Amino acid sequence: MDYLLTESQIMIRDLARKIAVEKIKPVAAQYDESEEFAWPVMKILAESDLFGIYLPEAYGGMGGGILEMCLVTEELSRACGGIALGYAGTGLGTLPILLHGSEEQKKKYLPDIASGKKLAAFCITEAEAGSDAGSIKTTARKEGDKYILNGTKQWITNAGEAEIYTVIALTDKAKGVRGASAFIVEKGTKGMEFGKKEKKMGIRASATREVIFTDCEVPAANLISREGMGFIVAMKTLDTSRPGVAAQAVGIAQGALDCALDYSRTRVQFGAPISSFQAVQHMLADMGTQIEAARALAYSVARMVDSGAKSVSKESAMAKLFASDVAMKVAVDAVQIMGGYGYMRDYPVEKFMRDAKITQIYEGTNQIQRNVIAANMIKEALKK
Amino acid sequence: MNIIVCIKQVPNTTDVRIDPVTNTLIRDGVESVINPFDAYAIEEAVRIRERCGGKVTAVTMGPPQAETALKEAIGLGCDEGVLVSDRKFAGSDTWATSYTLACAIQKLDAYDLVLCGKQASDGDTAQVGPGISTHLDIPQVTYVKKIVEINDKSARVERMTEEGYDVVEVPLPCLFTVVKEINTPRMPSLKGMMRAKSAKLVKWTAADLDADPAALGLDGSPTRVVKIFTPEPRKGGEMISGATGEVARELVELLKGEVV
Repeated sequence: MDYLLTESQIMIRDLARKIAVEKIKPVAAQYDESEEFAWPVMKILAESDLFGIYLPEAYGGMGGGILEMCLVTEELSRACGGIALGYAGTGLGTLPILLHGSEEQKKKYLPDIASGKKLAAFCITEAEAGSDAGSIKTTARKEGDKYILNGTKQWITNAGEAEIYTVIALTDKAKGVRGASAFIVEKGTKGMEFGKKEKKMGIRASATREVIFTDCEVPAANLISREGMGFIVAMKTLDTSRPGVAAQAVGIAQGALDCALDYSRTRVQFGAPISSFQAVQHMLADMGTQIEAARALAYSVARMVDSGAKSVSKESAMAKLFASDVAMKVAVDAVQIMGGYGYMRDYPVEKFMRDAKITQIYEGTNQIQRNVIAANMIKEALKK
Repeated sequence: MNIIVCIKQVPNTTDVRIDPVTNTLIRDGVESVINPFDAYAIEEAVRIRERCGGKVTAVTMGPPQAETALKEAIGLGCDEGVLVSDRKFAGSDTWATSYTLACAIQKLDAYDLVLCGKQASDGDTAQVGPGISTHLDIPQVTYVKKIVEINDKSARVERMTEEGYDVVEVPLPCLFTVVKEINTPRMPSLKGMMRAKSAKLVKWTAADLDADPAALGLDGSPTRVVKIFTPEPRKGGEMISGATGEVARELVELLKGEVV
């Protein structure tokens, strides 16, 4: 389908596709097995200028937006959703600075992110604060020109690998979510440590660790926006980043369909390629249609974000919800089409199936997305 | 250091079709790319410039659409691109091609180094690089797998051979043809591609070159391709079976019959 992309968007997509095909696809299974972080691929993405595509030119970026970021995330995910997350997770960690950071903070942190010299990570989740993000317990106590952070963030993407962390912590426990604030914490800050690397079902090339703060001293200049704005920063960040999760899901789904389609054309049973059987054809048709619908929604919402729309909560939740459910269904069907071969780790579709699952869970479970969508629908109806 | 990289645009497939009448390549309908071997020459040139400073100029002779190969080369880090294109060059063999490229190189600023891929993936002759150095009257080292040392005056390189490698020291200016062992070409960068999009290429026709018109194109090409064909596959040999002694006797009789 023609999405009327600009010349430079096509250039970005094609470059990301080239890197995915030539540099990620050949190593995807190896990194899935070893669970190592794919630094050599991150270096290639950096040298190709892809880390900066959604950042303003004033900070070393290419001046694009979330649509550009989605195009890259989708293409990389088509080869490996885990390696793609090193890229997309950096975007998530960067958005609080891009959206709410001061001029000084942007000048200080964005150029190294744009060049790919430093990766970023976003820290909100805690052991007892998942869907209920409002119940975080990490605190930030102001002392002179510093904040002292204490608490443990859990399941942080890129933790340990990234240099720049945006962290949500409570500056005023009594106020609950209205007492949350956002901070930039650099790796190596005294009192900041990383927990063991988590062993995951999928996206195994992505690094997931705890980030532990023990009397961690952060300069007051690293407070993003004002005290009490943390939850708003976090929600706005997630609203902006969710089309990226949708794009990741679309990429995973497309990667799985690519495999299943190729396989169906060459696998002969009952004397004919299985692609000639209507049972298989209808599955392929549904998969292709669902992916296209998910892509269309993801791109539309990305464009809406880039247009500067005031609220995109409902739409970005819809894109994330729909695309991730499609990814899961398509990946399961791809395994089904390939039968026993699909179930074997010698073929990539079982990995797409494992990778797909996380897109229904992280950056807000799909149940939470439905809550957000319904709440917005009801709110809109009340205004009429 | 001023480095010139000679590149060729080739069909993106090893399965090229050949016109049965003219015995030349049919390029229509096939996606064109930079000759894969030339990509190593581009990468090596860009790496030398990153170490020593200077300029990398990509030069190609070809039809107008070879412009895209030059833009791609700029995307990969070359500074400038020169397209030498004229109907008069049509039908050039490796001799006329290397003469034309040498004339173009002489028209450029003084150079220190000319880099070429070891051969093109379509013609596979490996003759144009050495031909250019002959026309330019500069030393050449072919099949270079490593540039150990390079400065304004000379270079020390490793040249791949079937048994191992030679270490060659050579004064500059000179020409190297490089093999794929020399490096791993980088991916294009977006900034490079953006620069390529707006880059102005130098375009020269035969009239712009200080060249002997009789030495160009088909007329300047001493090579004639008489016929191109796929050799008949060899038929399987005759199998003899039985007891060892009998088989040996039968074989000797058969060989006698063949007048060995």
